[in-house]
Amino acid sequence: MSTRPAPAISPDVSPMVSMDMITKTFPGVKALDQVKLDLYAGQVTALVGENGAGKSTTVKILTGIYQPNGGTIRIDGDPIAFASPNDAAKAGITAIHQETVLFDELSVAENIFIGHAPRTRFGLIDTAQMHRNAAKLLADIGAPFSSHTQLRDLGIANKHLVAIARALSVDARVVIMDEPTAALSHKEIEELYELVETLKSQGKAILFISHKFDEIFRIADRYTVFRDGAFVGDGKIDDISEGDLVTMMVGRSVDQIFPQSDHAIGDEVLKVVGYEHPTEFADINFTLNKGEILGFYGLVGAGRSELMQALFGITKPSKGVCRVNGDIKVIRSPADAVSNGIVYVPEDRGKQGAIIGLPIFQNITLPSLGKTSKSGFLKLAEEFKLAREYSQRLDLRAAALDQDVGNLSGGNQQKVVIAKWLATQPQVIILDEPTKGIDIGSKAAVHEFMSELAAQGLSVIMVSSEIPEIIGMSDRVIVMRDGRIAAELSKDELTPETLVRHAAGITTDGAAA
Amino acid sequence: MTDATQTRPAPDRHVPDRLNSRAARIFKSWEALLLAVAIAIFVINSFASPYFLSAWNLSDATFNFTEKAMIAFAMALLIISGEIDLSVASIIALASTAMGLALQYGAGTPELVIIGLTVGLLCGAFNGFFVTVLGLPSIVVTIGTMSLFRGISFIILGDDAFRGYPASFSWFGQGYIYWVFTVEMLLFVIIAVIYGILLHKTNFGRAVYAIGNNPTGALFSGIRVARVKFILFLLTGLMSGIAAVCLTSRLGSTRPSIATGMELEVVTMVVLGGVNILGGSGTIPGVVIAAFVMGLVTFGLGLLNVPGIVMSIFIGLLLIGVIALPRLWAMAAERRKP
Repeated sequence: MSTRPAPAISPDVSPMVSMDMITKTFPGVKALDQVKLDLYAGQVTALVGENGAGKSTTVKILTGIYQPNGGTIRIDGDPIAFASPNDAAKAGITAIHQETVLFDELSVAENIFIGHAPRTRFGLIDTAQMHRNAAKLLADIGAPFSSHTQLRDLGIANKHLVAIARALSVDARVVIMDEPTAALSHKEIEELYELVETLKSQGKAILFISHKFDEIFRIADRYTVFRDGAFVGDGKIDDISEGDLVTMMVGRSVDQIFPQSDHAIGDEVLKVVGYEHPTEFADINFTLNKGEILGFYGLVGAGRSELMQALFGITKPSKGVCRVNGDIKVIRSPADAVSNGIVYVPEDRGKQGAIIGLPIFQNITLPSLGKTSKSGFLKLAEEFKLAREYSQRLDLRAAALDQDVGNLSGGNQQKVVIAKWLATQPQVIILDEPTKGIDIGSKAAVHEFMSELAAQGLSVIMVSSEIPEIIGMSDRVIVMRDGRIAAELSKDELTPETLVRHAAGITTDGAAA
Repeated sequence: MTDATQTRPAPDRHVPDRLNSRAARIFKSWEALLLAVAIAIFVINSFASPYFLSAWNLSDATFNFTEKAMIAFAMALLIISGEIDLSVASIIALASTAMGLALQYGAGTPELVIIGLTVGLLCGAFNGFFVTVLGLPSIVVTIGTMSLFRGISFIILGDDAFRGYPASFSWFGQGYIYWVFTVEMLLFVIIAVIYGILLHKTNFGRAVYAIGNNPTGALFSGIRVARVKFILFLLTGLMSGIAAVCLTSRLGSTRPSIATGMELEVVTMVVLGGVNILGGSGTIPGVVIAAFVMGLVTFGLGLLNVPGIVMSIFIGLLLIGVIALPRLWAMAAERRKP
C-alpha cells in the first residue's frame, strides 16, 4: 500500500538529537553512566538492552521527566536543557509509552488535544476546530475510527493509534516509542510498521525501544546498546548480525559474585501438570525438587508472574493439576497455598508484599499467628520472639521491631517479607524479582540467604529478569515466552546468549522465529 | 537531619523490640487527648448546671449513647477494615418492625429478642454478600440498603405504630441492675470489653488491622479477607439487632421512623474515637471515651435547655475541632522550627 521511501543513510548527516555523556544517579544507584545516544531525522534508532540497562531512564530524561546530573543534550547542535516535560514537548519531543495515559470517558479528539486544545476568541475550547484537526491527524495515520468516538469503545490497538495521534498533535520532530508492540496482535503490528514508515518519510527522528529482535531488524536503521546504565556501542543495523547484538547486550564483566551452591538436590516436592489460564499462560508442566533453586526467565509479559500467582492461589488456572509431595492439592486462595507450604514473595513489595502501616513484628507474624497465639488470642511475647529470631537470621536493619515497615528501606522491607514467609516454615518459596530495586548490599544478602535456604532443603522458585542473577543462582532454568515454556535448561547449558535467544524466540541459526 | 540519617548503625547490632515505653505511647495517644476533653466537658457541665452532678440524672444521660455505642464498636472494626455500613439505623427500623409484627401474632419476650437479633444478622449478611461476594463498594451497597430496609418497614407500618409490648420486654431498655445502673449500661460495658478483646487481643483483630492497612497485602499474606469482612458485616448487623431490642424496649413502640439519622451519629462517634475513616487504625478505648464525650455534651446542653438542632451544631463543631486540633498543633510546631 505505502511505497517505502528509502531514507538516505549517510554517516555525514549530523544527528537531530544527541545525548552526550549523560549521567543520572538516584540515591544508591547510578542509573545512567555517561551514556551517548544519537537520533537522526528520517531514521529509526533502536535502543537495545536488558531490563535495568537504563532505557526507561533515558526516555524520561529525553521527555523532561528526569533531569540528568551531568552531560548535554543537543538539538540540531544547540545545547538544551529540559526543566519539565512541557519544555521537552515544546522542543518537539514526544513519547508513546508502554502504557500511555488516556482517558476512557473522553472522545478521541479530546484525548488527542487534552492540555493543548485549540481555543476560541473567548478562551473556550474550539470544539469544531479540535475535531477538524483530530480528523486530519487520524487520516494521516490511517485510523479507522472517527474523532467523535468515545475512547472506551476502542480496542487496545486503536487506543494505541490515539496515543500516536496525540504524540503527533504537538508537531513532534522526535517520536519515542517505548515497547509499542507489546500489547498488539500480529496484524496490528504490521499496521504499526507502516505508520513508522510514514513518520520516517515525514523526516521525524524515531527512537524505538523493543525487546523483540525480529522487530528491531525489521524496522530499525540504527541501533544503540546500553548495558547496566552504560553505553556499549552503536551503529547501522545493516552492519551487525543478530548474534553480535545479543552478545553486546548481555556480555558483561562478571563483577557480581554469587554464593557457591553445593547443596544436594532431593526428591520431587512440587509437580505442575498442564496448567492453563484463559489469557495468561498455557501448557505449563514442570517439577521442582527438594533443595533446588529453579529459575524462571523471560521477557516482561511472558506470563511468569501470572503463573506464580496461580500457584499461590491469587488467580485460578482454568485447567491443570498441582501436586505437593505427590498428592493433588487444590489451591483456591493464598491461605490454601500457605497451608500447603507454598509461599510467594511478590514483585510489588509496597502493595502486595509488606503491610507498610503495620509494625515489623506484626508483618513477620501475620501468616504465623496460628503458631504464636493460643486459641485465637494473641501472645505478644511469642510474636516478638519469632520476629526477633527471623529478623536476626536475615540481618534486618531497623530501629525497633515495633517500627512501621513503611519507614524501612526497600531492601529491609524485602527482608521483612522474606522473614514473614520463612517463619511459616514453608516447603516451597517463590521469589518474584527478589532483588529488583534494592541496593547492592541487600542484593548480596538476599542471594546469600537464598542458597542457604536451598542448602537447608527448601525448594526455591526464583523469577528474575536479570541474567546474571538467573545464571548465578539457579540449578535449573525454565524460559517462558508468550505464556508458554520455551525451554528448560540445566545448569551447564546456561549462557546469556541461550537465555536471550529462547526468551526472544530466536532459533539457533540466528533467524527470528 | 541529614547527619542523623547518615549515621551507620553498628554492624553487629541487636534490634530492640520497642522504641518507646508503654507509658510514652499512652501519653501521646489520641485516647489521652480525648480523655482530657471528656474530663473538661464534665467539669464545665458540673459548673454550668446544678442538676448535672446527680446520680439519677447522669444515669439517664447514658441513654444518649449506650445504644449508639453498641453499634459503634462493631462499626469501628468495620471502618478499620476499610469498609462502612450506613444501613445500621434502617436495620434497627426493620428489626423493630419485625418484632412488632411478631407481637401481633402473640410472640413473647424471648421470641421477640430472637427475632430482633436474627433480622439484624440477616441484614448484615445481605450487606456482606454484596460487598464480599460481588465485590461492590460498601458505601454504595449500604446507602442502598439504608433506603431498602427502612422502606420495607414503611410498607408494613405506614403511619401506624406497633404498641403493647409485654412488661417483661421493657426490662432491656428500662430496667435497672442495681441502684442507678441500667441494663443498657451493663450491656454497653460487656460489649465494649468483648470488642476490645476481639480487636486488640485476637488474631481476628490483627487481621482486621492488616486488611484496613493493605487489603492486597493481607490477601497475599494468606488472610481470608472476604471471610473476615463478611463476619464484620454480620457483627454490625447483630449489634444493630441488639440496639433495636433496647431501643424498642425503651420506647415501648415501633414506628418506621425509629432511629432516623442514627447511622451518622454512630459514624461520628467512631471517628471522634480516633478511628481513621480510611481504615487501618483506631482503638476500642477511643470509641468508649468518644461515646462518653458525645453523651456528656448532649446531656449538658439538654440541661441548659439548648434545642436539639443547636445540639447537633455543637456535636459537629466538636468533631471537627477534636480532629483538627492535633493537625493545627503539628502545623504550629512546624512553623516554630527555624
